[in-house]
Amino acid sequence: MHDKAVFLRGYGFFNFFMRLKVNGDQLETMAETVEGLIGEFKLEPKGVAVEVNMAIVKKADYGSFRLKEGDEVEIVSFVGGG
Amino acid sequence: MSGKLKIGGVEFSSRLWVGTGKYKDFDETRRAIEASGTDVVTVSVRRVNIIDRKSENLLDFIDPKKYKILPNTAGCYNVEDALRYARLAREAGISDLVKLEVIGDERTLFPDVCGLLKATEILAKEGFIVLPYSNDDPITAQRLVDAGAACVMPLGAPIGSGLGIRNPYNIKIIRELLDVPVVLDAGVGTASDATVAMELGADAVLINTGIAGADDPVKMAAAMKHAVEAGRLAYEAGRIPRKLYATASSPIEGML
Repeated sequence: MHDKAVFLRGYGFFNFFMRLKVNGDQLETMAETVEGLIGEFKLEPKGVAVEVNMAIVKKADYGSFRLKEGDEVEIVSFVGGG
Repeated sequence: MSGKLKIGGVEFSSRLWVGTGKYKDFDETRRAIEASGTDVVTVSVRRVNIIDRKSENLLDFIDPKKYKILPNTAGCYNVEDALRYARLAREAGISDLVKLEVIGDERTLFPDVCGLLKATEILAKEGFIVLPYSNDDPITAQRLVDAGAACVMPLGAPIGSGLGIRNPYNIKIIRELLDVPVVLDAGVGTASDATVAMELGADAVLINTGIAGADDPVKMAAAMKHAVEAGRLAYEAGRIPRKLYATASSPIEGML
């Protein structure tokens, strides 16, 4: 996925990239939607929750929710705790 | 409160609830939970590690079909954070249950009562089944119920301290004062602590460190299971009153 992205970026006018902040880290993605983004991380919607710019995105909307440059995304799941 | 425990319409078969933090690995978590006989486990909400996606997932070891997943808002020190974590937990999970924590101080991890009340009220209005982790004050417990809490979770002692039930009479008063279930949360260090909590009338006990921190967590989980059952039976059976002097168990009549 990322090799292809780097290749395409070389063409300049073919800019599929978007810079996002995901879980505190700056990164570049070709994903256009929340569904695409969590797919890049090999995550399934089940068991995760996603926030974009502090607002929760419902699972039913993952496919239609379009990400935009500079969005701040949080992806959380359950870990051991009391 | 005989029979099955019910909180906010959800039925629980076990009166021992188990936390999933601090275990050596997920396999030990799974074995301890099995040994405890519980049907409800607490979890926390944290960022997914997006850099290292090879890390295993807790829910691969704890089957949500077999166990009720009770997410907490541990680590939240204000109302806004607690609301945020609770809402994320509901979206990630499958139920409206939330063990609400609004912590007031890092050293004691005692609850921030004002924040807890506010967050309870907001989340209850949003349809959450709110199980607030509170201190052992009966009036606070009453106020939490007024704010919409489905049960109260008074602490026995500070989280992870293993100090046992520091204020047994307050726990007893909370039980007698309220119509909702009382789940003793935090402070249980060994089996006898869990029994005492149940004998005082707690409807359930939540234990994490007391099991996970034991030398043999799986064995301690089994001990806690028996301890909670024994304490509950004793509570239902009704203990004898304490007396200062002896009463003979054997008859005088027929003595030579």
